[in-house]
Amino acid sequence: MTKAEIVDSVYERVGGFSKKEAAEVVEAVFDTMKEVLADGEKIKISGFGNFVVREKKERVGRNPQTGAPIPISARRVLTFKPSQVLKGILNPHRVGGLDDDEDDDLDEAPQAAGARD
Amino acid sequence: MTKSELIDAVARRSKITKSRAEQVVNCIFDTMTASLERGEGIEIRGFGSFTVRKYKSYNGRNPRTGQTVPVPPKRLPFFKVGKELKELVNDESDEPSTP
Repeated sequence: MTKAEIVDSVYERVGGFSKKEAAEVVEAVFDTMKEVLADGEKIKISGFGNFVVREKKERVGRNPQTGAPIPISARRVLTFKPSQVLKGILNPHRVGGLDDDEDDDLDEAPQAAGARD
Repeated sequence: MTKSELIDAVARRSKITKSRAEQVVNCIFDTMTASLERGEGIEIRGFGSFTVRKYKSYNGRNPRTGQTVPVPPKRLPFFKVGKELKELVNDESDEPSTP
C-alpha cells in the first residue's frame, strides 16, 4: 500500500474533499508527524502505536567484512512500538494478549493508563 | 504528541474543522491497520515503511524466573524509518552527522 491508496481511502470514506484536497490533508498529517519527530518529541497514536525518538550513545561497531572496529557516532533514531491493539489485530487467534513488555507508556503520563482503546 | 493533539494540529494546518481532521486521521490509521491485517506492507515515501514480520514459535524465557516458556507463532508490524525522516530526526541533534 502506498500513500496514493491512503489518499483514495480518505477521499472515498471521509467525503467532502476533492482528490486534491484529500491528497493535501494526508500530506499535512504526515508532514506534521515528521516535524514533531524531528523535534525529538514522541507521537502516541492510540490503537496503532508509538513513534519514539531514541538517543543512541556512541559505540564501537565492526566492519562486517573485515572485522575491523569502527566508531558509530552518537545519534538519534526513530523507533515504532506497535500497540497491543494492533498486535491483537495481527494475531486474532491468540488469546490472553501478546506476551511481553507492556511498557508502551512507561516513561510518561501515569494518566495514560487505560487511554488505549 | 497524542492522536488528539495531532488532530488539532492537522485542523489548524489544513484549515478544516477538528471533526473533519479527526475523521481524516482515523481513516488514515484505520486504512493502514487494515493493510497490515491483510499482511500487506505500507510505504509512505519520506516517512517510512511498515512490513509484517512473521515469527515462528520459539522457546522464550520468563525473565524473572528464568523458566522456559513456549512462544507461539505471531505476526508483528515492523517500521523502517525512511531516509528523509531518519535524517530529520538525527539532524536535530547537537552533533552534526556526516552526510
